[in-house]
This record gives sequence, C-alpha cells and structure tokens, in this order.
Amino acid sequence: MTAFFVDLGMAYGWAWFLATVIGVMLIALPLMLGVAMIIYADRKIWAAIALRRGPNVVGPFGLLQSFADGLKVFLQETIIPSAANKGLFLIAPIITFTVALLAWAVIPFGPGMVLANINVGLLYVLAISSLGVYGVVISGWASNSKYPFFSAMRAAAQMISYEVSIGFILICVILYAGTSNLNGIILAQVGHGFGLVNGFVFNILLFPMWVMFLISSLAETARAPFDLTEAESELVAGYQTEYSSMSFALFWLGEYANVLLMCALNAILFFGGWLPPLNIDLIPWFDIPGIIWLLLKILFFFFIFSWVKATVPRFRYDQLMRLGWKVFLPLSLVFVVLVSGWLMLTRYDGNAYQSNCMVARGAIDGAPVSPLCRIEDVQ
Amino acid sequence: MIQTITFYLFAALLILSAVFVIMARNPVHSVLWLIVCFFNAAALMILIGAEFIAMLLVIVYVGAVAVLFLFVVMMLDIDFAELRAGFVKNFPFGIILAIVLLAELVLGFGAYRAGGLDIGMADGTAAPIIGESNIESLGALLYGRYLFLFEAAGVVLLVAMVGAIVLTLRQRSEVRGQNIAHQIARRPEDATYNASPETGKGVRL
Repeated sequence: MTAFFVDLGMAYGWAWFLATVIGVMLIALPLMLGVAMIIYADRKIWAAIALRRGPNVVGPFGLLQSFADGLKVFLQETIIPSAANKGLFLIAPIITFTVALLAWAVIPFGPGMVLANINVGLLYVLAISSLGVYGVVISGWASNSKYPFFSAMRAAAQMISYEVSIGFILICVILYAGTSNLNGIILAQVGHGFGLVNGFVFNILLFPMWVMFLISSLAETARAPFDLTEAESELVAGYQTEYSSMSFALFWLGEYANVLLMCALNAILFFGGWLPPLNIDLIPWFDIPGIIWLLLKILFFFFIFSWVKATVPRFRYDQLMRLGWKVFLPLSLVFVVLVSGWLMLTRYDGNAYQSNCMVARGAIDGAPVSPLCRIEDVQ
Repeated sequence: MIQTITFYLFAALLILSAVFVIMARNPVHSVLWLIVCFFNAAALMILIGAEFIAMLLVIVYVGAVAVLFLFVVMMLDIDFAELRAGFVKNFPFGIILAIVLLAELVLGFGAYRAGGLDIGMADGTAAPIIGESNIESLGALLYGRYLFLFEAAGVVLLVAMVGAIVLTLRQRSEVRGQNIAHQIARRPEDATYNASPETGKGVRL
C-alpha cells in the first residue's frame, strides 16, 4: 500500500505512515466487529449444546445482541470503588484491550497481507501475549477487593505456567519452519503432509504439539475449562467484579480478541494459515483468497473453543497447575529434543533450512516494509 | 532525524521511569515503573537493530520476571511507617552503594570517552554478517564459536536451579500427597457397597 501512496506523489516517509495507519484501521475495525459477532456465535453455540435458543430477540436471529449489550454497557455509570487505586484501576482494562489488539499487527492474512512483516514475528506474538496477564493482575490489585485479588493471583500463576510450555511448542514449530517469520512458517507448510496436505499438524512429531497448544491456548486465554480467574461459583466475577460500564466492556472485548488471536495462531502454526487445506490443484483451491481460508480456520477453532466451553466442567486449580507443570512442560521439552534430533538426522547439511528461508524471503517481497525488517532489506 | 528523536524519547522515558522505580512510595508502583523501564530498553534495542534481543527482553523480563515480582510485591502487607523507620538505619549502607554506583558510572564514561571497546575479532568472525537476520547470526555465534561458553552458562543455571529446589524442599511426612493415577483408577465398586442394616444395628464404617 506504501507504493500506492508513493505513486500519488507523496514522500516515502509520509506514504509509509499513511499506509500503516490505514492498515491498523483495516485490522482493528473489522476485528472489533468480528469480536461482537463472535460473542454472539459463542452464545448461540453454547445455547445449542445446552438445548436452548440463545439470543434471538434483538435483530434478525438475535444478530444485533452484542451491539445492544455494548450500548447498554456504554450508557451505564462508571463506578470507581472509593478504596481502589484510581489510576491503575482505570489503566488495567485499557492494557488488556490494547495488548489484545497489538498482537494482530504481525498476523498474515494472505501472501503479503500483513501489517508488520518482521523477522521475529512469532517471538513478538509470544512477547505481546505474555503482557495480557498485566491487565488482569493490575485490575485485581487495584480493585482493593478480596475476590478480584484472588483472581489476579490465580491469573498470574496460570498464565506464566502455560506460557512456558507454549514457548517450547513454538520452538518446535520454528525448528521445523526454519524461520520465526509467520509468513515463512506458513510457506514452510506447503505440502508438508505427504506432499498433499498443507499443515504441520499432519506431521507425527508435531501433532501432539498441536493438541498441547490447543489446550494451552485455552488456558492462556482463561477460557473454560480453565477459567479459574473468573470462576463465578468461587470468585463472583473474578478480576472484573468491581468494574462497570466501558471499563468492563474493554475487558470483554480484549478477552474475545485474545481468543480470536489464539484461534488464528492455531490456524497459522499448525493448519497452514492462509493456505488451502490441500496442496492439489484439481479444484482451483489456490484461486480463493487466502484471507477466506484463514477466516474459515479461525472460525473452525473458535467453534472448538465454544464446544469445549459448553461441554467440559471447570478444572480444579491444583489440577490446572499439575497439567501445566507436570504433564505439558516435560512432554513439550521431550518433543523439543525429539524434533531437533529428527531434524539433525534429516537436514544435517542445512540445505532444507536454507531453501525454506529463501522461499519465505522471495514470497514476502510485496509486503509493506516495517522498520523492523530493514536489516533484512539490506541484502 | 526521526531516529535521533525516538532515541532521545525512549532514553528519556527510560531514565525517567527508572527514577520513578526508586521514587515511588508504593512497591507495586515501583514494579510497574520497572516494566515501563524494560519496555523502553526493548525499544532502544529495536532502534539499534537488535530486534531479537528486544523481544527476548520483553518475553523474559516483562512477561515472566516482572510478573513474579508483582506477584510477590502485591501480597506484601505494606506498612509505610515501618518503611520510613528503616530509612535511617539503612542510610549509611545506601550512601556506600550510591558511591560505588557513581564510581562505576564515572569509570564507565571515562573508558567510553577514551574510545569504544572493539568486541568483534580482528579476523571478523564475531562481527555480525550483513544481510543475515538477527536470529541467524546470533544462533551461528552461540552454537558455533561460543558453544562451550553457552553450554557452560546453561550448566551454571541448571546448578543454580537444582540448588534453589534443594534449599526449599521440605519432606513433610504428615501431609498426604495426592496420587492422581490412584484417584483416576478408583471405581465406584471399590468405594461403595449396598447395605440393608437391621433396625437399631447400624452399619459398618
């Protein structure tokens, strides 16, 4: 898009600036709309599994329910508890919301359709998603109330525990792809399964990693069955207990944006992102724009998330910790060793790795250049 | 131009937040300022083109270490009167620490003025290869030239971890541990039986 503005006769710096701002808008606004619709979808799926109707009053099929809720929340009075730490109390939901949006900067929606095509894309996602815990912890502490505080303690321990194994899982994927650029990871998955299927999940070493990643992403986003941070039978509403009005809505939006991000990561890391599922050209698969495949995969994973939420009972906290530290951590560590050992055996001369990187670099030429990949452009 | 502006912006914010870390009355605020500090340091890293280090800084320090700090500090029962009472007692110690830091700063700036330290080797092996990405050149160095030092650092950290676990491990015999496999293997027929006791006799416990 930068090139377009340069053609209009703008200086490169201003063209880049304008293109980036438009790119941010193009990601953030549909994301907010998507979050509103996904909340509706979540409630509908949950209702269908519980043999209820779900929201069906506002708009056709209840489609406008989320907007009605949003309006209601918007018109509410903002209540700040008198004993709360005012500044932090107000900052916390903003942190949650901002952080949930930040990570989308590196998510590729198609070949070249990415806001910031940086070399350390996956690490950036890991870094940003590890910030999500601050919103929860700060809100819990600043509320100056028992239940939010318990919730904050739980959230801090839970998210750190699962980040460790998520880190190891991501290392396995990076090892296989030979790059941590998200576009490069997707391109490394072309025909990965027997030359037919696009996706790391069809690799016998990476399939268990995906299962663990799916479960860990449920825990990382504090979705049921790991929603110990807002277990309503124990903690009222967890860290959001004292919140009302827009600050509550920001938590709400941020949480679902995070869930969508985790669905997108599942799709990108293990199911070939914007690639069509099969690497055969019998049907013109590749003519369908990549963003449609990515959205379909995100929706598929979101369906799994809602399905799990509706069917699985909540974990007990010690079981959650046991699963994270005693099951996932050793298992993912073993798989890092297995994957790197297998790659040592099969790619010892390093040729495969080189070619992967070349593919990634060749294919991302058209992408908007972010300041972070200037080093890459030197060559 | 914009590089210089952003550098001074981030550097000023870094120093300002570092000052607030020690000035803040509330330890929780201190930790939060420390996080702002880490962020600005990461931004400076990005400015010099070390995006990998920047991301690691955020992942490790902001994502894990600072959360643990916050975790501990939040549970402190803060008594401001007591904090001020300790001030006089620790004052001489603080002065000594400040003098040491000042001396280090003066030495560091003096050495810097005398000319930069050349970290790269004369034969150019340690200097980053132009065109390689951060991760690739760092990996080539860590797993090639500095493999032994890298692994030695890993062993030292492992020993430290084992030491910490050994120091804090308590064998508590009075507490009954939870055997998950045992619990899962338990079936209804192991635990329940039907009884039809006669009136006034009661049941077996």
